Amino acid sequence: MGINFRQETFRDDYSFKNSPEQIRRFPFPFPEDKYMYSVNIEPHVPGLKDTVFEHLFDVDEHYISEMQDRALVLAEDPLRCQSLPHMELAGWDTLELLMTEKAKSYPDLFTLTRDGDKWHWINRPLGIDDHFTFGDSSTLPYGPLEYITRQSQGDFAVLDQRDNNLWMDAGIVTTQADWSLDFDIGMNFFEWHAPVPLAHQMGVFTRALKFLMAMQQGQPSRRHNWTMTINSRLDTSPENFHKWGTDRATVTPENVGQKVHLRVEVQMFFRLPRSNALLFPIRCYLLKMDELVTSPKWARRFHRVLRDLPNELAEYKGLVRYRPTVVEWLSKYDDGAPTSAGLGPD
Amino acid sequence: MKAGSNRIEAVVTNVVAVNELVKRFHFERADGGLLPTFSGGAHIVVEMRDDEKTRLNPYSLMSSPLDTRDFRISIRRDDVGRGGSLFMHRKVKPGDRMVISNPVNLFSLDLRAKKHLMIAGGIGITPFVAQTSQLAAGSGNFELHYAVRNDALASYADVLKERHGSRIHLYRDDSGETLDLARVLATQPLGTHLYVCGPAGMITWVRNTAAAAGWPAERVHFEHFAAPQPGKPFDVRLAVSGVDIQVGEHESLLEAIEAAGLDPPYLCRGGVCGQCETNVISHDGKFLHNDHWLSEEDRQSGCKIMPCVSRFEGKSLVLER
Repeated sequence: MGINFRQETFRDDYSFKNSPEQIRRFPFPFPEDKYMYSVNIEPHVPGLKDTVFEHLFDVDEHYISEMQDRALVLAEDPLRCQSLPHMELAGWDTLELLMTEKAKSYPDLFTLTRDGDKWHWINRPLGIDDHFTFGDSSTLPYGPLEYITRQSQGDFAVLDQRDNNLWMDAGIVTTQADWSLDFDIGMNFFEWHAPVPLAHQMGVFTRALKFLMAMQQGQPSRRHNWTMTINSRLDTSPENFHKWGTDRATVTPENVGQKVHLRVEVQMFFRLPRSNALLFPIRCYLLKMDELVTSPKWARRFHRVLRDLPNELAEYKGLVRYRPTVVEWLSKYDDGAPTSAGLGPD
Repeated sequence: MKAGSNRIEAVVTNVVAVNELVKRFHFERADGGLLPTFSGGAHIVVEMRDDEKTRLNPYSLMSSPLDTRDFRISIRRDDVGRGGSLFMHRKVKPGDRMVISNPVNLFSLDLRAKKHLMIAGGIGITPFVAQTSQLAAGSGNFELHYAVRNDALASYADVLKERHGSRIHLYRDDSGETLDLARVLATQPLGTHLYVCGPAGMITWVRNTAAAAGWPAERVHFEHFAAPQPGKPFDVRLAVSGVDIQVGEHESLLEAIEAAGLDPPYLCRGGVCGQCETNVISHDGKFLHNDHWLSEEDRQSGCKIMPCVSRFEGKSLVLER
């Protein structure tokens, strides 16, 4: 496998950056030169080598550093991981899914040995070697959801399905685009999506809920979403808005390349077998503008997308203040040439 | 993307006559591995290749969710149905290869419940056999009331009594034993959820009795698969694909659409999940709606049909498929 894990930070001195190989595999989200909402759901099946879709759960060069950042967030604010009492079984479902997939995809990094309910888990990058009893939380240092998601990149929402709706009844959320698990816990699908503009009128959520409720085990799906982040901060949470909100006023033509990031979320949906709950992993990828423009196609296309983005969406994504500066900066990389079809960097 | 396309190659490893009407079928993976984990209340769809005809029928899993070396279903013989149960009873033997689907749960336990109160009638016992195994393993609180015609047809009553003792209450019709539902409902602790699976009349009775006693609808769960009924053949035009089909007497509209090479989504094939809902472009005749999905307005409008269970009588029917 040979992943060269980077030692880096997502706060303070922001030493995060992507290697050239990691830039090539960035999940660029725009199939055309403009953007509008769509449900954009596709089957989540293992994909091409050297893409983030090669395995069901991608492990990349930021793994160790992201897990260290998660531990820091949880130490300051334990409510970032919550599980209502009826969701423990879904926590075990999540643990089983992540352990079996990681061990299958990256056998040199992770090993799972099962003897009935006696399990042995080895996570070599994080130096973990634990024996525990599946189903017995007292044999783990944390609840099953927190235990395994402290070892898995991306946020995880666990949705209970009942009364013809989905309910945000468990999760771990430390790398989020300005939403709060502590605020949303116990809400249903329409309640937690209430702040999203335009999409309700378009009927997007009614259709999406119908699709998600019919999700079957063994047939996961994925979609993506995007926003922008100033500085490579993973934890852009409402709880810590005072720490990062003002960063948005610090963008200048001189620092766009290093300070401004395209933030892409690969969102996945898995039906969990024991609990019949729905697991919703939200994996965040960051790309600096300097890194983005190493692909001329991405530079042209993102310039056009950002320039023509409807105001309501720019407002909702929190881009209004610095959008003109970034569009101006990107325009230098857009000669007006047509862009090729597809998402790849050319 | 097609729901329900995740098929599993399986081998029938055992066929057991439970009583004069019910047989139990055991399936293992053809490749010898473990079957998928599932939750109590889930069903699988079994593909039956009966000469030229392919039937896909849903059956509740009744084996323990804790043991997925095999899947077990129990099928009651229906002598006047479309022939799926007769095929299973008469033709399927140990060693046969069959294709089954991944489990789908449309009747899952509400894990917030302080107590699970279950009401079963006849073959409606099967999802509860799995759910009680799941709950007993996790020290869940439950109570099961099971109405049967007589001792001879009380499928699994002995097994359930042996496993769960006084939590199981049996009512034999021929002995004049009746379930005093109003009294049972009146004595439940706060936080109890009610589940019912059985004949349509029983489900209606339980839901009405619970509603009259002030139980919120969110606390009342029911499994209501309507088996597709046979009926007169009818012709259909599938406008999108430009195909004309005939639906045979013992065939469902969904099966006829599939036989024409189309791949509409489905989950339950029993008129409850809504996946196969199909728009009607035009019709001249009468719909025989047998589903539990469409609203009264939908039915009045004549604009929608659920092809898994519903039929049509008349001159012409054009569907958006």
